[in-house]
Amino acid sequence: MNKRQITLTVNGRDHEVWVAPSDTLLDVLHDELGLADVRYGCGEGVCGTCTVLLDGEPVNGCLTLAVQAAGHQVTTLRGLMGPGEAMHPLQECFLRRGASQCGFCTPGMILTSLDLVRRSVGQGQGRPSRDEIRYALVGNLCRCTGYTKILDAVEEYADMAAES
Amino acid sequence: MVAPAFEYVAAGSYDEAVRLLAENGDEAKILAGGQSLMPMLNLRLAHPDLLIDINPADQRPPTLENEMLRLPALTRHRVLLEHDLVRQHCPLLAEAVRHVGNVRVRNRGTIAGSLAHADPTSEIGCCALATGARILARGPDGERTVPASDLFAGYWSTTLDPAQIITDVLIPAARSRQGWSFQEMVRRTSDFAIVAVAVIFNLAERSGAPASATVALAGVADRVVLADSELVDDDPEQTAARIADTLDPPDDVHASGAYRRRLVRVLTARALREASARAAL
Repeated sequence: MNKRQITLTVNGRDHEVWVAPSDTLLDVLHDELGLADVRYGCGEGVCGTCTVLLDGEPVNGCLTLAVQAAGHQVTTLRGLMGPGEAMHPLQECFLRRGASQCGFCTPGMILTSLDLVRRSVGQGQGRPSRDEIRYALVGNLCRCTGYTKILDAVEEYADMAAES
Repeated sequence: MVAPAFEYVAAGSYDEAVRLLAENGDEAKILAGGQSLMPMLNLRLAHPDLLIDINPADQRPPTLENEMLRLPALTRHRVLLEHDLVRQHCPLLAEAVRHVGNVRVRNRGTIAGSLAHADPTSEIGCCALATGARILARGPDGERTVPASDLFAGYWSTTLDPAQIITDVLIPAARSRQGWSFQEMVRRTSDFAIVAVAVIFNLAERSGAPASATVALAGVADRVVLADSELVDDDPEQTAARIADTLDPPDDVHASGAYRRRLVRVLTARALREASARAAL
């Protein structure tokens, strides 16, 4: 199939890439741009390891075509850190709480829960409850932690975000 | 798995999409939210030569006109969940969409994509039947309105012509003394429904006596189905039992047909009780 050149804006930087129409956003971010924080898990949109933010909203990288992302802002985990920042505060909560073991699910967990906390606090609803966090993360599978420590970490961050 | 190779074209309007669809016939597929189509491609269950992306074709938000909620084809599930007009005028749909997929699926998935995909366990299809939704479709010969009860033809198939595209979904706004309920059984949250039931319940305006109830079911046949209105009376348990007796749900790896029929009984009775209680509020 005919490849075409598109401009992908990823973590604030423009990349000129040649893509086939059937290349998913996940394929291009991981294989072409070398972003190891966007991962292939299931290819069906149920596991959450390929989560990226498209114009600020979590989407499945495996179910979005790369050509569809041209002209939009793509953010991966590493795009969350400000200049000179080693880690996002939510990542620090994950470390402190032991919410990351093998780490494969962590980028998706962080992007999805960050979106939840931002929305909830931004819309004046205060911090999300543990049940709301559990509901938002239902599409992010973790085979190590048993989820409890992930919920603890997100709750700790949500408390911080709601206070500031 | 990796999707088979296909060509891609972005359609700037529904008319352009219809023209492309008419030119390319069975080899082309419409891409809306892609949350069902893309998994089918990744699993190689579909092999289209061309995807026609309608995402650039429509930016309209939901509106209310003449007691009718107009939901443009590309209304995302998240919008159904959160939009004030939907929450106020079709609370059934707003609640049912909580059961669809996960955050990422709801951010991209669309109402028309879900209806056109015609999954027999679809929460949205079930609500379209219960609310008496009408589907506006555009094709090479112009526009056509299809009642939701005439839309579904069997497993993943609709009665739309091959070159027709859904552009709008029209849902009668909830009126006073109307109640609703959505009940679903799943093995794990966000899974496909084993059985789901949507009920719209109307009390007579003046007397407040039970006037009518519409019961729609998912997961019980090759498509979402509407229960025969003659089976419905004032007794939730008897009504649910009569509806269950008319169904012959399929066996599959998730549940046996007998278990599904049992669920229809339990969930339909529960839904009728909840909907009638809401109508009386």
